[in-house]
Amino acid sequence: MFHWASSSMKRRMPWLASLLVCGFLVLAFLLIDSHSASALPIPAGKVYAIPAFARKYGMPCSACHEAWPKLNNFGQLFKDNGYQMGNDRDAPIFQQPAYWPVSFRMTPQWHRVSVDRADINDPATGSMTEGRLTTHGFDLSGMDILTGGTLAKNISFLLVPAAESDAVFGFESANVRFSNLLKSSWLNIKVGKFELDNMISEKRIMTLSDFGGYQIYHYQPVTELVTPPTTLPFTFGLGDNQIGAELSGHSKNSYTRYSAALLSSNDGSVGVPNGHGYDTYLTFSQAFAAGSLGLQRVGAFAYIGRAPTYLTTSSLLADGFGQKSFYRAGFFGLWYLKKLDVMTMYTRGGDNVFLGTGTPSFSPLPAGAQGPTWNAGFIETHVTVNPQFILVNRYELIRMSRQALPVTPGVFEPGVSVPSANFGDIDALVFGYRYYPFMSSRAGFAFHNEYSVVRQRGVAPVSGRDLTNNSLFIGFDFIF
Amino acid sequence: MRANKSMQWMFLAAALQVLPSLAIAQQGEIHVGKVTGHADAGKQLYYRFCWGCHGFRGDGNGENGPYLNILPRNFVAATFKCRSTPTGTLPTDEDLYDSVGRGFTNSNMPAWISLTKQQRADMVAFIKTFSPRWKTDKSGDPINVPAEPAVTLDSIKHGKELFTKLECWKCHGQEGRGDGPSASTLTDSNDQPIRPYNFAAGSRFKCGTTNHDLYKIFMTGLDGTPMPSFADVIKPEDAWDLVHYLRTLQVTHKSPELALWMTTKEGAEIVKAQKIVGTPTGADIEQ
Repeated sequence: MFHWASSSMKRRMPWLASLLVCGFLVLAFLLIDSHSASALPIPAGKVYAIPAFARKYGMPCSACHEAWPKLNNFGQLFKDNGYQMGNDRDAPIFQQPAYWPVSFRMTPQWHRVSVDRADINDPATGSMTEGRLTTHGFDLSGMDILTGGTLAKNISFLLVPAAESDAVFGFESANVRFSNLLKSSWLNIKVGKFELDNMISEKRIMTLSDFGGYQIYHYQPVTELVTPPTTLPFTFGLGDNQIGAELSGHSKNSYTRYSAALLSSNDGSVGVPNGHGYDTYLTFSQAFAAGSLGLQRVGAFAYIGRAPTYLTTSSLLADGFGQKSFYRAGFFGLWYLKKLDVMTMYTRGGDNVFLGTGTPSFSPLPAGAQGPTWNAGFIETHVTVNPQFILVNRYELIRMSRQALPVTPGVFEPGVSVPSANFGDIDALVFGYRYYPFMSSRAGFAFHNEYSVVRQRGVAPVSGRDLTNNSLFIGFDFIF
Repeated sequence: MRANKSMQWMFLAAALQVLPSLAIAQQGEIHVGKVTGHADAGKQLYYRFCWGCHGFRGDGNGENGPYLNILPRNFVAATFKCRSTPTGTLPTDEDLYDSVGRGFTNSNMPAWISLTKQQRADMVAFIKTFSPRWKTDKSGDPINVPAEPAVTLDSIKHGKELFTKLECWKCHGQEGRGDGPSASTLTDSNDQPIRPYNFAAGSRFKCGTTNHDLYKIFMTGLDGTPMPSFADVIKPEDAWDLVHYLRTLQVTHKSPELALWMTTKEGAEIVKAQKIVGTPTGADIEQ
């Protein structure tokens, strides 16, 4: 089984929203079929939008969010300032003693997930067949507890204990930030577990369905995910929160931004597994005003990491060794054309041949092995009809430019060969809308409808044909 | 001939339709430098960013109004504190534009510098649609601010005398802490208690950061508050002396005036005595 790289009007508007809901449902049911169901793993999205800030400053969600959870530049500046507006209200001493900077978010939902070529174990015959699997029903997302704010002037924190839908807790974020060091906005330090400084944030993603996440942030060649059983699996996601320290800075209006992070090479896991390795993440972006169109931004990023290829165990300490390098680098643009905004991203990824083939560094490489590389990109559009209604659409593609293993047509044998040059390529499409029936400074609520479909080349477990997943999601996203 | 006549009528009818719309468009426009703000664009921004405090109707009765101890500005009343224009007059477009970008550090109003200049100008254009005053009155003419003379001990000492003579201390206190004998009785135009500015706290002035801004504050007054205009009371050169002295009351804020004042025994003792008490915010205290 392959694991997909997914993560998670105004008052005049109700009639329009109702119309769109009906239209959406009709369209969705035309696009999908209704075969019988069985369960599929459902990763939960972690979405950051913190009404505790809205309550503290008395501002509606729309002040900081284009449409929550997506930040606008004012929200970005607030975040860059260490959750400070820059006025006297920032200091905790100005808050009512009863003020508690905590928000909760959850999304009751109905969703439907379908896989067209699943490997199905027939209990009657004991044989493996290939066929469509579909599951649907009412469900819950995970729950985020978002706490954040200032401890003192220029010292802020963010703590996000988050539960998966089965109530298994983890710390999504836990960091403290020292802002405006030497009285300069160009010097801020954050330590702990945090989201990488991605201006296109996976934590503030506008899509919630099972296959509606950013594939680009989690993509790894299939040869790394399906490896010989003795191999230490290599897992990394640019969208995953990482543990480390980040130096960042920005101009007074956050039009110019940079960050440089030093991170433990463990993809955000606690307990320092795969210890003694460090990764680096660098970002830079520049925004510029374009008259009445709005604020445009372009930027670049680069992640240079290392990951172990084998694990040593002892009665005292386990550790990963034989570390090899990988990188993700690219650039992005945020383009505003009044109510239409477009997010574009290009990423180049590459892994060391040992990581790409799942080979311990002390072992010989498979014949013809190479370090895998790929190109990826997406274009995401939003039409913000008004702060209470937004249409979302994204098309994403990932193309392998070099396979880790030699191509033997039609044959995928982990550690030996791949069936085609485009093995593992991805095309993903997602569209939907969010309707916020009310807008206040106390809580957030959205009626969320979305459909997503992802096709990956040559990875059907039985036949090796293309595998297509789709997901329909209808939920009530609330945060208070 | 008849065809020409018809054409003339058509042109006239078209002009009659277009002209009022042009007039309306001009009413909804403001100009700040080279930027032209449009009220229709500002309306969308207002109902995204501002209504939570300033209210749907711009009357300062947003859902958060009751929870703020400095009430949001009532745009319908069109009384503005930070102006470059004489007391009682409407501010210029630049005044409003500057206020939006600067924010008010001792209130909930943030600095909207993350918005583009165009967006801020659009916001100002829309804010001006809330009050009929903008249709009946013109903005005042900005006051003339003469060049600032050099900071000298004499000017500081003269400013100190003026501080006493003009009875600034009654509200702001002898040490500028905002704790004068009248401080607790002050209310603003909304009958809300209002605190005089505490110079010792070191926070930014409400209407700017520079000496030029401070000069304007007491020469134009803060309309809607008990802070009057002193334009008719003191001469410009005296006003600058007062500015220089007021800077020395900002004991936690480094300035040439404070540095010069500290070179005197009198100044050093006063500043030392003031610093021990600290500031309400706890910010920048040197114990």
